[in-house]
Order: sequence, then C-alpha cells, then structure tokens
Amino acid sequence: MGPLTSRLLALESRRGWSVFCGLLLVAAVLVPVLHLATPPDSPLHVPAYMVSLLGKYLCFALLALSLDLVWGYAGALSLGHGAFFALGGYAMGMHLMRQIGERGVYGNAGLPDFMVFLNWKELPWYWWGFDGVLWTALMIVAVPAALAFVVGWFAFRSRITGVYFSIITQAMTFALMLAFFRNEMGFGGNNGLTDFKDILGYPLQSDATRVALYVASAVMLAAGYLVARFVVASKLGRVLMAIRDAESRVRFLGYDVTAAKLFVFTLSAVLAGIAGALYVPQVGIINPSEFSPAQSIEVAIWVAVGGRGTLFGAILGAFTVNGAKSVFTGLAPEVWLFFLGGLFILVTLFMPKGIVGLWGQLRAKIGEGVQNVAQKHRA
Amino acid sequence: MPRLAALFFALLLAVAAAAPARAVDDAVFAAALKGLAVEGFAEKTAAADALAATGDPRALPVLRAMAAGNLYVRKADDAPVLGERAGRDLALTDPVSGADLGTAASRDLTKITVNNVLRTALAAIIGRLEIADPDPARRRAAVESIARDSTPEAAGVLRAALEHEADPGVRTLMERALARMSLASPDAAVRLAAVESLAGGELSPQVRALVAPLAESDADARVRDAARDLVERIELRLMIVDITLNLFQGLSLGSVLLLAAIGLAITFGVMGVINMAHGEMIMLGAYTAFVVQEAFRAFLPDGVFGLYLIVSIPAAFLVAGAVGVALERGIIRFLYGRPLETLLATWGISLMLQQVVRSIFGAPNKEVANPAWMTGAWEALPGLVLTWNRVAIIVFALAVLAAVALALRYTAFGLQMRAVTQNRSMAAGMGIRTGWVDALTFGLGSGIAGVAGVALSQVGNVSPNLGQAYIVDSFMVVVFGGVGSLWGVLAGAMSLGIVNKILEPYAGAMLGKILVLVFIILFIQKRPRGLFALKGRAAEA
Repeated sequence: MGPLTSRLLALESRRGWSVFCGLLLVAAVLVPVLHLATPPDSPLHVPAYMVSLLGKYLCFALLALSLDLVWGYAGALSLGHGAFFALGGYAMGMHLMRQIGERGVYGNAGLPDFMVFLNWKELPWYWWGFDGVLWTALMIVAVPAALAFVVGWFAFRSRITGVYFSIITQAMTFALMLAFFRNEMGFGGNNGLTDFKDILGYPLQSDATRVALYVASAVMLAAGYLVARFVVASKLGRVLMAIRDAESRVRFLGYDVTAAKLFVFTLSAVLAGIAGALYVPQVGIINPSEFSPAQSIEVAIWVAVGGRGTLFGAILGAFTVNGAKSVFTGLAPEVWLFFLGGLFILVTLFMPKGIVGLWGQLRAKIGEGVQNVAQKHRA
Repeated sequence: MPRLAALFFALLLAVAAAAPARAVDDAVFAAALKGLAVEGFAEKTAAADALAATGDPRALPVLRAMAAGNLYVRKADDAPVLGERAGRDLALTDPVSGADLGTAASRDLTKITVNNVLRTALAAIIGRLEIADPDPARRRAAVESIARDSTPEAAGVLRAALEHEADPGVRTLMERALARMSLASPDAAVRLAAVESLAGGELSPQVRALVAPLAESDADARVRDAARDLVERIELRLMIVDITLNLFQGLSLGSVLLLAAIGLAITFGVMGVINMAHGEMIMLGAYTAFVVQEAFRAFLPDGVFGLYLIVSIPAAFLVAGAVGVALERGIIRFLYGRPLETLLATWGISLMLQQVVRSIFGAPNKEVANPAWMTGAWEALPGLVLTWNRVAIIVFALAVLAAVALALRYTAFGLQMRAVTQNRSMAAGMGIRTGWVDALTFGLGSGIAGVAGVALSQVGNVSPNLGQAYIVDSFMVVVFGGVGSLWGVLAGAMSLGIVNKILEPYAGAMLGKILVLVFIILFIQKRPRGLFALKGRAAEA
C-alpha cells in the first residue's frame, strides 16, 4: 500500500466510506438496473425521463461541489461559476457539432449548420481539433482552468475579496454572456449549439447512451467528491479554511494566500467545466443563457441550502433545490420564483449552515431547552 | 350720405377702367394659351415660356396641368381646356375664365403631350413663377425645381428673386443653388467666387458633395485649392458635430447609469449593503409611473395628462422608499456584517419582487408615454439634433444628484446618516437612533432608485425584468467611481457612458460593453477602491 493510497483511504472514516460506496452504488448501479431491467408497469421502474433528470442533477451537484470548494472553504463567493460550467459545455458542444458531419440541414461536412447559414467559408481557427476526443477532453479542462487562472490571478493578487470578488466574477460571466450572444463569435450566437446526433459513435437519443451518460455523471461526481475531499483534508485545505476565517493573519504568518486561493479556484473551475461537459449531451443544447449571472447566483443558493463548508452539503443542496424546481415548475410555474426567492431569504436568515447544519442547530436548541428546564427545576 | 355716394362712384369708375384692361389681358392670355397647341416639343417649350412671360397669374395652373398631362384641346372648337378625370369622362374647366365647361368624353379631346425634356423645362418655368409665391415652402420647392435646370436663364431668375427674398432659409437655399450653378461655369473666376460664397454659408455634407469634385480635379489651381480648403473645413466641422453627438449620447447613457447608481451609492457605498434588489426598486418606480399614467388617463381630463410624470416622481419615491424601509427592517438588518449573505438574501428579494410584478401586471412590456412637452427634438447646431427626453434625463439626473448631495450635507437627517456611517457607537451615544437612521437611509437609496425608474420608463421598455438590465452596470459604476463617494458615482457613470458610446461605432454595442467590463476589471486591479477612494479611517472600515 503506497503512501497515496493510504492517504486516500484515510479521507473518510469506515462509516464514511460505507455511506459513500452505498450512495455511489445506488446512483450508478441501482437506478440504471431499475430502468433497464424492470418492466415499464412495475412500481420499481425508473422511467427514461427520470434517468436524464437525475443525470442533470448529478451535473448540477458537481457544479455545486466546485463552488463549495471556493466559497465554503476558501471564503471567495464566485458568482461566475456558471461561466466555467458553460465553457466546459461549449467545448463538449463543439465536439458534438463536429460529430454531426453531413447529417446537418445543409449537409455540409466541413461546417456546422449555423456557419453555413451565416455564409462562412471555413471553420474559425479555434474550432480546430474539436473533431478529436482527446483534444476536446483537454479543452473541457483547459479552457475553464485558463480563464479561472487569469481572472483569479488578477483578482487575488490585488487582494480583491468578499463582495468585490463576487461582483468581478459576476461581471466576468456577464461579459462572456454578451460575447457568446454575438453571431460573429462563431459559437452559434443566440441559439447556441444544438441538434447533436451522437457521442463517440453512439446515438444520443438511444436509451443505452442516456444510461451511460448518467453513469458517467455519477462516477464523475464521485471522483470530484474524492478530489475535493483530498484537497480539503490536506494541509492546503487547512490553510484555505484559515484564509476563509482570517485572511490577513494567514498572510502575516507567511503562507502564500494568493497561490492557495488561485489553486483552489482553478481546480474548482475544472470541476465546473467537467460538469458542464457532461450536462450538454444529456440536455442536448448549450446556449449563452447558461452564462447569465442569475444562473451562477442560483448555484450559490444550492450550496447555501445544502450547507456550505461541507462537501456533502453542496451535493445535497443541488439535489434538493433542483428537485423542488422540477416539482414546482411542473405544478405551478408562477410559484417557483416565490419559492426560490423565499429560499434565498430563509436560508440566509435562519439556516446559515444549511440542511446539513440543521441537525446541529436543532440539537443545540434542544440542549438549550433541556438546560432551561433543568435551571427551572433547580430554581 | 354724399360721401358714401362719392365713394360708390369712385369704385364704379375704377371697375369700369379695369374692365377693358382685363379684356385685353384675356385676349393676350388666350393667344398665348393657343400657342401651346403646337407640334414639336421645342415649339411647346417656347410657347410655355411665352405664356409665362405674360406675367398672368392664370398661367401657373395651366402650366402645372400641362406638366401633369391634364391640358387638352377640344376638337369641336380648338379651345385649350383643363381636364380632370371624372369617372369615364373628363371634367373640363376653362383656363381663361375658370368656368366649369361640363364633361366630355376623351375621344372629343386631344391631349397636349409632353416628354421628359419638356417636363423639366416646364418645372423650371413653373419654379420661376412660383418663386414669387407668398408661401415660403412653395418658394423653397420652386428654388429646387429651378436649380435642377441649370441654364443661364434659370440662374438669372434665381438672382433676380434673391434680390427681394426676405426668408433666410429660402435665401440660403437660393444662394447655394446659384453657387452650384456657378460651380459648373467654364469661367474659373466665377467658379472661385462660387466656392468662396459657399464657404461663407452653411457647412453641410451637401455642400461637401458639391465641392468635392472640384477639389479633386478642377483645371484651375486656385479653384482647386479653395475647394480643397472648403472640403477640409467641412470635414472638420462634421467631425466636431459627430464628436459632440457621441458625447451627448454618452452623457445621456451616463445619466441613465447615474440615476441607476445614485441609490446604490447610498445603500452600497454608504451603508455597505450589497442590494441585489436595487434593480427591482428601479422597476417598481417605473411601474409606479405606469400606474399614475393609467390613473390620469382614467380619472382626469386630457389637458392635464402631461403632468402625470411630475406626479409620478414623488409617488415612485414613496413606493420604492417604503418597500426599501420594509426590507431593511424585515430582513437586511439581521444580516449586517455578513455581506455575502446579504447579497444572496437581496437576490431572493429581487426574484420575488419580479414575480409579484409579473403576477399583477403580466409579463409583457407596458407602455409609458412621453408627455407632449418631452417629445420632439432640439437642433442645437445644423446636423446636431438632441431629443428632448434625453436632454431632460441628463438635467434630471444632475438635479437628483445635487439634491442628494445637498440633503446629505445640509439636513439634520444627512448629518445623522454621516454620523452613523462614520462611528456607529459614538452616534448612538449622542442619542441618534441608529436603527431608525439605517432604515431611512436604505429607504432613501431605494426611493431614489424608484425615481430613476420613472426616468427610465421614458427612454426604455417597462417590464418585470427592467431592473436586471441595470444591476451589473450600476455596481460597475459604484465600484469604478469609488465606494461611498457621490462625486465618484458622477465621474464613474459619465465616463462609462461616454466610453461606451465612443466605442460603439467602432466595436458595436455588445463588444463595446464587453471591452468596458474588461477595462473595469483591469482598472480595479490598479485602484481597488475606485477613482475617488475614501481616505483615512473610513477607508479601513
């Protein structure tokens, strides 16, 4: 057993590992089995729409996890994480566009439909290489990482913290949204990239591909969780938490605050980019509205609802809020914004530690009550 | 009585004296009229000239009818008649007496035909006649039709008319037309004089178009130089107009940003509260303007409708201010010292406010009309047209800024507010109810946002998403200008507005905006506290 393996094993307690493996089994094995192996009229059957819905949630959970890493641990609330998610999604979307080949409306193998429509003659240079899987995989990771590195380097070096960092990152995603809305950018403008046909040669519409994408999302989320866990449990994680609580003091103690924050911000952008890349083939479209500041702020509320500063909380929050969103938009769409808005207010006012912290809060309340009763008895 | 009788006789005499003259005129006019019915277009042109030369006012309608193809000769008696199509037949009028001659079928008439050359000549002749018209608009049209016919006679007519032309607009038109005719003259001295006379007049793109060919390739060097000089002067002037126009549009955008950001400068700048629902306060103000407008339409006479805007300003201030106070007391005060949580909670408030408005008024845009006194435009210089609603917004934004600055500086509430932001516990120790001041300050910021909404309803759409469009921009303005400084907000808003508008023609609206955002992000690296940073202890807080 090498040192790394032992450190990995030490990430969780025995109970923690069993919970982790249990959840992973449920997500990655039980749901597909119930979908594929049970007859449609069985009460245990998981319908196809539910599989892609859960797949979407898994991607959102990974996005929430990535935001929790910077916000919950390093204390920097990024309101631009939707941008990293969308960039990963666009990279995947470009690959899928190239896979369409001659099956587009205009039947042009060399150019995507929207470029033919705009009367473009050849692919722009930045579309180079997206025919290949490896290059695409590299870009899914590298583009969000590069953006996060540059923005983070500028921001952290000038010691932009707190709300200023939030506003800067919000401006970043806003600027990107405006840019991607432009047809001249060569990313499909307003409509974005859509009409995908297949991924790695498998048709996207088929049941098996959907299940495979779902399982990939589940595995990726588990891997992302372990990576985040690894960072958080390391010495770097301790430094990050110290930065969150007293940045100047950590700096004065001689730690390189800028480098620590920059590392975790970049890592978080990579996770967000992967989430976006898995999200796009499952929903079948990526357009500039993913860059809108509102989307990014919503991610913050997933994390806040679940409980920031706990990795599990971020995942839980993403599932809870998005589950509620699906239920509400189905039943009464006009109520959803009231609910979401109310959630923002209630969580910040009454549940600062989110759902995960609720148990602790209740226990403290009960403990207080018990103490009060005991005091009364004494009196 | 005798006097009246004398007057009567005098009148009678006058009529008797005029009658033969009239008869003579009639004969001359009728003869000239007959001349029109000749073969050949050159002959017809000469005849039309002769008709115009009689100086008879009746010639003008005849020539107009001829140009329009409405002049006929009656086959029965060879008399020229004016024909107006009436159903299948033509309604005839006698051009001499103006009497109605009944109708005739077209087979009983011969049309006096015209071709294009004749039509141009007729237009010039008509122009020459019309140039004596008392209506300046008619004279303008006449000058233009004469100018199209660049014969020496036309120039003579124009020059003669210029002698006793009183209207300055028509005069410049005539001068320019004359100069344009002289520009084509074979005599270099005449061309030079023409260029010089144009240089003394209005420097418009039209004049540049006239002179530019001469500047390129006139045979005479002096004319070429003078023309080139004039073209350069016109270009310089056009550039100045262009820059001024850009500057004005930048100021106008800047004042919109300023209005949106003043309230934020108070809630964010002074109190340190990140209010993501600020845009929704603007939206509430705009909807208040809409409600006031509808109330005016429904309950008050049309005459006072223009006043609705004046009424909606205090109304919007009260509505948005009251909502602001309620928010501060109900939610935000529990989150002081936790800016990130404030950001999220106020974002939640903004979502709810949007949905409330959407539920009440519906999602589509509402139309808020400009009152009559704000429509139209002001031509500050030739080619420099400023619309009144933009001018009004600039003035209004500056007025709001001045009012806020004065209120903070000279009122008791302003003093308390500054005291609480500078040293809360000391202010409390002096007996200031800090909680109450917080609420009112937040109310003030929100109320100003509401007032901004009234102004924005005049230049844009009113929809539940109205506020979202301004929230990022207004934060940029406050951060760029320097948190907590009203002058910073002014400088930030105006410079961002102007930079945006100057970039727009080169980079397009979207790219311009992106460049500005990138610029601000870079600027904050250099000056993290904005253009007008607070100094001293307040900066550390």
